[in-house]
Order: sequence, then structure tokens, then C-alpha cells
Amino acid sequence: MMASTDHIGQSHRRENALRHLAGRGRFVTDLALPRMVHAAFVRSPMAKGKIVELDVTAAAAAPGVVRVFTAETLNPICAPWTGTLDHFAGMKSAPQNMLAEGQVLWAGHPVAMILAHSRAEAEDACELVLLDIEDEDAVVDGDAALVEGTPLVSDGIASNLCYRTVLETPGLEEAFSNAAHVVEGRFTFGRHTAVTLEPRAVVADFDPSTGQLTVHHGTQTPYQFQDVYAHQFGLPDNKVRVIAPDVGGSFGMKLHVYNEEMAVVAASITLGRPVRFVADRLESFVSDVHARDHRVSARMAMDAQGTILAMDVDDMTQIGAFSTYPRTSVAEGNQVIRLMGAPYTMPDYRGRLSVVFQNKVQTSQYRAVGHPIACAVTEALVDRAAEQLDLDPIEIRARNLVADDAYPHVSATGYQFEKLSHHAALAKLRQMMGYETLREEQAALRKQGIYRGIGIASFVEITNPGAAFYGVGGARVSAQDGAIVRLTPSGEVHCAISVTEQGQGTETIIAQVVADQLGVTPDQVKVTTGDTDTTPSGGATWACRGAGIGGETALRAGRRLQAQILAIAGAVLQAEPATLALAEGAVIDRATGQERITLAEIGRIATYRPDTLPEGCDNSLTAVQHFAPTGYPFDFTNGIQASHVEVDIETGVTRLLKHWVVEDCGRIINPLLVDAQIRGGVVQGLGPAFFEECMYDDMGQMTNASLADYLVPMAGEMPDIEIAHIETPTLDTILGAKGVGEAGTAAAGAAAMNAVNDALRPMGARISQTPMTPLRILTALGHV
Amino acid sequence: MKADITLTVNGEAVRETVEPRTSLADLLRDNLRLTGTHLGCEMGACGACLVLLDGVPVHACLVLAVQADGQKVETIEGLNESGQIEDLQKTFHDRNALQCGFCTNGMLMSAHALLAGNSDPSRDEIRDALSGNYCRCTGYEAIVDAISATAEHRLSAERRLSKMKGAQ
Repeated sequence: MMASTDHIGQSHRRENALRHLAGRGRFVTDLALPRMVHAAFVRSPMAKGKIVELDVTAAAAAPGVVRVFTAETLNPICAPWTGTLDHFAGMKSAPQNMLAEGQVLWAGHPVAMILAHSRAEAEDACELVLLDIEDEDAVVDGDAALVEGTPLVSDGIASNLCYRTVLETPGLEEAFSNAAHVVEGRFTFGRHTAVTLEPRAVVADFDPSTGQLTVHHGTQTPYQFQDVYAHQFGLPDNKVRVIAPDVGGSFGMKLHVYNEEMAVVAASITLGRPVRFVADRLESFVSDVHARDHRVSARMAMDAQGTILAMDVDDMTQIGAFSTYPRTSVAEGNQVIRLMGAPYTMPDYRGRLSVVFQNKVQTSQYRAVGHPIACAVTEALVDRAAEQLDLDPIEIRARNLVADDAYPHVSATGYQFEKLSHHAALAKLRQMMGYETLREEQAALRKQGIYRGIGIASFVEITNPGAAFYGVGGARVSAQDGAIVRLTPSGEVHCAISVTEQGQGTETIIAQVVADQLGVTPDQVKVTTGDTDTTPSGGATWACRGAGIGGETALRAGRRLQAQILAIAGAVLQAEPATLALAEGAVIDRATGQERITLAEIGRIATYRPDTLPEGCDNSLTAVQHFAPTGYPFDFTNGIQASHVEVDIETGVTRLLKHWVVEDCGRIINPLLVDAQIRGGVVQGLGPAFFEECMYDDMGQMTNASLADYLVPMAGEMPDIEIAHIETPTLDTILGAKGVGEAGTAAAGAAAMNAVNDALRPMGARISQTPMTPLRILTALGHV
Repeated sequence: MKADITLTVNGEAVRETVEPRTSLADLLRDNLRLTGTHLGCEMGACGACLVLLDGVPVHACLVLAVQADGQKVETIEGLNESGQIEDLQKTFHDRNALQCGFCTNGMLMSAHALLAGNSDPSRDEIRDALSGNYCRCTGYEAIVDAISATAEHRLSAERRLSKMKGAQ
């Protein structure tokens, strides 16, 4: 049976947006609890060193200070955590504690925690802490870290290499030796960070009288943190409640375990009162995970017709002093080497990955994990190949993209693709952007000294992950989701579900899906998310799983309740349930469409007059359903993006003129929200392509850790983004939806880099480093 | 060392005793619990804390509470209840010009101020007017669309009004 499509597929508006527009958001940063104290941290000013002296006496006596914790007094109540997983064989990382023990490992590493009646008083007291650190040589560069004789990043590891792996097909060497053409490149992808507008925020509230821990936590994964807190602090998980209310941006950054959040929970357990920590912006820059930081060497082999034969890739990625917990800092690099060449029928491949420690802030998963790197490298080499073979960039892609009728297809790196639509996407993009006209205009403008460029990037995106992502490696990261759907006594619907909302519209699409199963409108379905006490356990939001996995969970829960309602209606009406259906808030006769009894009446009878139901009739109007993806390990999506830029060759400044995206995320539940995800994602891809970079000096100091110095894309710099869709539903689920949250980010930077290089081509210049700042473009042009 | 101040916040007279270092944002959020004004950077860069001070948008994180003594402050809560930005809120909702909602207060303040001074802004002018507002979720286009649509609605309503007057 196909899913009903009355509301699925419609651009329903987000009810929860109305609260924000009225100034009625409910963020963790807004929360104030009785007896709450505020936390501030004393942090290492140096990237590496030994703690020689730590004296908190004066701080403890400062006005408003309630308690000062050091490693000695805080760390014992929390088990250390180690960011390794078994499926990354041989990976190593040192155990982590809340406060630095003996050695500081990055500039920003928390050393002491001060709790006071106000944040200002806690910060004042931080100034009174005497911290003496014996400076040690920081390891700031990943290549240098691997050179014999370089000091270790920390005393807790035996080597600066966290993880290395090589994927190789048997025909790799032969492919390169038989190649008619080989193109190659070396790429540098800078470090950047999420800069969520609401910083990380947590209020922990432990009640010693009942042993109940409640943590209000700005996170996308409340169940993961319920489990982390329970395990690390030795509490039963049903006594740990994590509430994620409105979250002011997350993007993958807010699903990692951080020293500060753990310390706040530890302090609340110790003091028996609420403790609040909200990172200020400087703290965000030196403690939120950073992203990317790759150096990639790559080459691509082609035959005389421009058919891609193989890629050979070496990625070195730098992750800070520890691998993150519980998902590790290896997942990013792992996806980089597995996504290379993914859109193409490339038969052979070698990918080598080195994940390296350094004395900087940790890097880890951030929106479109690994995708932008793999896409930028692949697409840059495809463009270089086109140039060498004198082929149009569209033509070379048309020759190499996996044919739309050639599925299922397995990539050279082992990814299984159910069904993708690369050629349809390419054709649609070409038409949408007016490719030929743009090329003519480009040629004409070049004669006037105006240098415009067109860049294209095909991509695949990993969505709807099963347990293969983390669970198989031993991570306690849920690969399933759960929903409870109930009919209220008045005939309205409530759905409590484990996927979470950070503004992408999760609650809206869940309401649409449930509404269609129960014959009501989405505004009759109230959706609750983000509270481990009131919703069933599940994976929540990461890796583009909300629509595909959460949506399917809601669909199946809705159908289960539908069957229960029809059974009760059948008993009341003395009709076969199979002859009945739900529509417009009522039970109808399936054949004639005639209303038989309203949902309100079903609710009333089942709730207030169950005595009138026949003997043995189950009056339950609550249905519970969990769903774990089966079939393919992931549901891949695909698409293609194009960027149109103008480079001022005198100043090196790039103007983004327009951006296009054709995307196939399977069944579209809500076109408005899908496009919103794509546009936001594109801009998060363009940011690090042109502006965003965490800059460090040779001593391991981040030198631009403020919003005055760290550039994020602003309204004036961003282009309008035109979007088109192809719908290839996955057959793994009834709903057929795949994810879309990371598609924009996956390929925007790749398209932009190809566009800039297209603009620079007449000058014989080329850039292979992001962000593509004016200075780097001028350097590429040989002007500086 | 604390100072007594009196100011009008969303039309209500407010008397508070504050430390000299207390920012207007902290006064609004912590003392008055007007949490619709958000803090994103505390250095006047991100625009999440914009409020109207005597009708002009200011960064509440950069204004000291004592500087607001004797002045009129309007926050998102006040603008919302007064109905002044109802059409902006409606188009923001319709165009889905917000995701997480953390920048939304500031976006509405900037949009309100822009449209007060320029009834027919171009898309480029709208983008320029948002140069002090960070948004990490939307990519800005939907916000530009919403402000543009609001301006159009207001203009066509004015045109209808003047036509009606002309007909009389």
C-alpha cells in the first residue's frame, strides 16, 4: 500500500516558527532555575605545557563564589572517556577528563571551574587563579607531527598518528600505467567551525533527594547524552533526563562530548543544585569542535576519451589532541576517502588516510562530514582532466557519471547505491542555468577584462544511516528511532518522537506524515520532541536521518494507531475494520467515502465509555512504533551544483553571482523546507570556501577567535540560489524519503572552487586552497 | 556602587538597580526576563541582541544599562504585542525566513528599521541592510524574500488606499 499523499508533499509552514517570530523561543540560554549557579572556566593560555602550580585560594574567597573545582576535586566523580571505535581498526586516542590533569594540550583546555552567583562574578574570580604552566613545544602541524623525533602531542599517546588506513582495488597500478592522461593536484582545506549563533549551553540540575539528574542541554542528540551521563556518572539511565528545548543552531557541532558540559553535570551532582554554563564567543572558538583541516594529494587516470579509470588519493587530516567521544574524529577522514569519485563509474581506486594529533582544538563531525573534501578534490580533478582533453566540463561529466539505468551500483570504495539520477540532474542543471548562454557571456566579458567563471560539481550524499556508521564499532549511538502516536479523548492527535528539531522543520514534517495516516490535518497533530522523559529513545538528528528514518517511524506508528482506531470503530459500528478508512477527522466507509463516526466520538467512547465497547475490544488509542533502517546500509542521495562567480583580478575579490542546485532526496515531504535546507547548506559550504578559517600561529594560538576577526558569510555576499528537484524514492521504506540537510554543503565549495579556477584560467592561474581569500587568489595570480 | 535607573521598556515604566558594568542586554534578559533579545557574540557583531532605543536599533550588548536611563526601549516582545511588525512576522513565517530562530529578533529589528526609512528597497539594499545580522541557518535568501514581500504588500496597500481616496 502506498502512503497517502494529501499532506505529504505540501509546503506546510512551521508552527514552531511562530514562537520565534514573537520572541517566545525557549533556549537553554534563557533558562534560570532556583538556586542556580553560573560556571566559568580557567583555561590554558598555552597550546602545550605542564601545570606547575595551580592555586585557587584567592578565587575561592572572591565575592559571589560558591565553589572552585580543580582536576583533583572534580575529575574523580566522572569516568574518563576515550574516543575510539572498533571498526576503525588500530585507532588510538588518550582517555579524556573534565579538567586538565598535569598537562595542558591546547590553548583553551579547561584547568579549573569556578561557580558563582553570576557569570560576571565567576569570571572575576577566574582572574584570581594562579596558574603556572611550564611551556612545552606545541605540535601544530600534522605533517611535522609525523616526522620522527617530533615530540608527542600528549603524554597519553605513544604516537602522533591516531589512525591510518588504505583502501585499494587490485587494478589500481595497472589503471595508472595504462592511462592516456593523468591529472593531479595538492589541496589544502582550512579549519573552520560551526559558529552556531546560540553558543553551547547547558543547565544541569541534580536532585540529591531523589537521585534525579535533569540536564537542559542545547544538543541535537538528547538520548546519546542521557546514555553518556548515565554511564560516566554511574547513574541509572531512567534517572537521567535530558531536555533539548529550542536549539540555536547545531550542525553536528552539538553532538560531541565536551569537557565543560561534563564538568557542569559533575558540579551539579556534587553541589546538589542547578549549574549553568553558556560558552561566550571566545570560549566557543577554543572549545567547540572545529571541522575539516585536510591536506590531500590526489591524481586521476583517464583513457584517451576522457573516461575516468582510477583515482589515487592521500588525505592527511589534523584532529587536535584527542579524538572526540563518542563518534571519534576519524569519521570525517573515513568519509573523505570513501566518497572520492562516488558519482562516477570509476572502476579502480586507492585512498590512504592519516589522522594526526596536534595541540589544537579537536576537530570532528560537522555538517556534511567528509563530503566537501571528497567532492572538491574529485570535481577539481575532473575539471583538470576536461582542460587537458579539451572537453567541456559538462561533457566530461556526461561521459563518466554512472548511468541512471545502471543501478544498483557499487562504487570503487564499496558504497552501494540503490538508485541515483546523475544524468537527469546534469541535464536539468544545464537547462536551468542556461549553460550555453553563460559560456557565451563569459567569452564576451573576458574580452573586456571581466573574468567570470562557471563551476560544476556532482555529488552523492550519505543519508538514513543504519548501525554501520557507529553501532558496529561499539558506539552507544542509536541507529533506530521511536514514536508514540495517540488519539486524544477529543479526537486530536499527539505524536512524541525521538528525532529532534533545530529549526529544520522536523516537527512539521512529522505532523504531515502522521496526519496522512490518520485522516486529519497537520495542525491537528501536536508533535513533541527533545525530551528523553516524554519521547521514546532514538538516534535523533545527525547524518540526515530525520525525514527518512524519523518520517518512516512516524508513518508506521500512525498506521498502527490507524488500525487500532479502525478496530474500535468496527466494534462500535459492527463493521469489518477492512471496510473502513480514515479521512477528514472521521472514520469513513472505504467504498463509499461516507462518514460513519468521527474521531472525536471514537476518543470519547474509548476514554469515557469503554464499558459500551464489546467484551474483549481493546480501547487503546496509543500506538508505539520503533523503526530501524533495513536494506541498504545507507540511502544515498545525489545532485549537482553550479556556481557562477566574477573574480576581480586586481583585488582578488570574488563576487558570487548565482548558485544552482539540482537535488534528488527521494520522496519530498515538504518542498519549502527541503529548499530551506539546501539553501542553508549551500551557504555553509560557501562560507569555508571563501571566508571561514580558524587561523593559528606557530605556537598553537588561535589568532582570530572572535566574530570581528572570523568571517562568516553575510547577506550581502551570498548569491541567490536556484533549486530544482528529481524524486527517486528509496524502496527501503514505505515513505521513500531520504535526507537533504547536508546536500547543499557537500558540493557548494567544490562548485565554487571550480568556478574561481574557471575565471582564472585565461591567466594560467589556479587555486587549490580554501578559503579562497583575496590574498590567496592574488598569490595564485602571481601578483603578490 | 550600584546605580538606580528608570526607563520605559515596551511601554512599561521600569525601575532597577544595576551595577555600572551591566549591559542593557543583561538587564533585559536577566532582570526583566525579556529573553527574546539574544546574545550571540557580546561584541556588537552578530545582531542577535538588537533592540530599539528611542526608536533606533542598537546592540543591547554594547549599551550599558545605565546609558538607557530615562530612555525608551522596545524589544521583540513589545514589537510583537503592539502589532507594528505583524506583516513582517507573517511574511517571515510564510517564506520560512528563519530556522533555529536565534537571529530572528535581530533580523526583524533590522527589517523594521529598513522599511521605516525605505519603503521600496531593492534586493541589494535589503542585503546591505542585513550586513550586521548573522544567520547560520537560512543562507539569507528567504529573509531577503520576506522583507521584499513585506515592502511590496505595504506599497500595494498604500496604492489601494490612495486610489480609494482619489475615487472619493
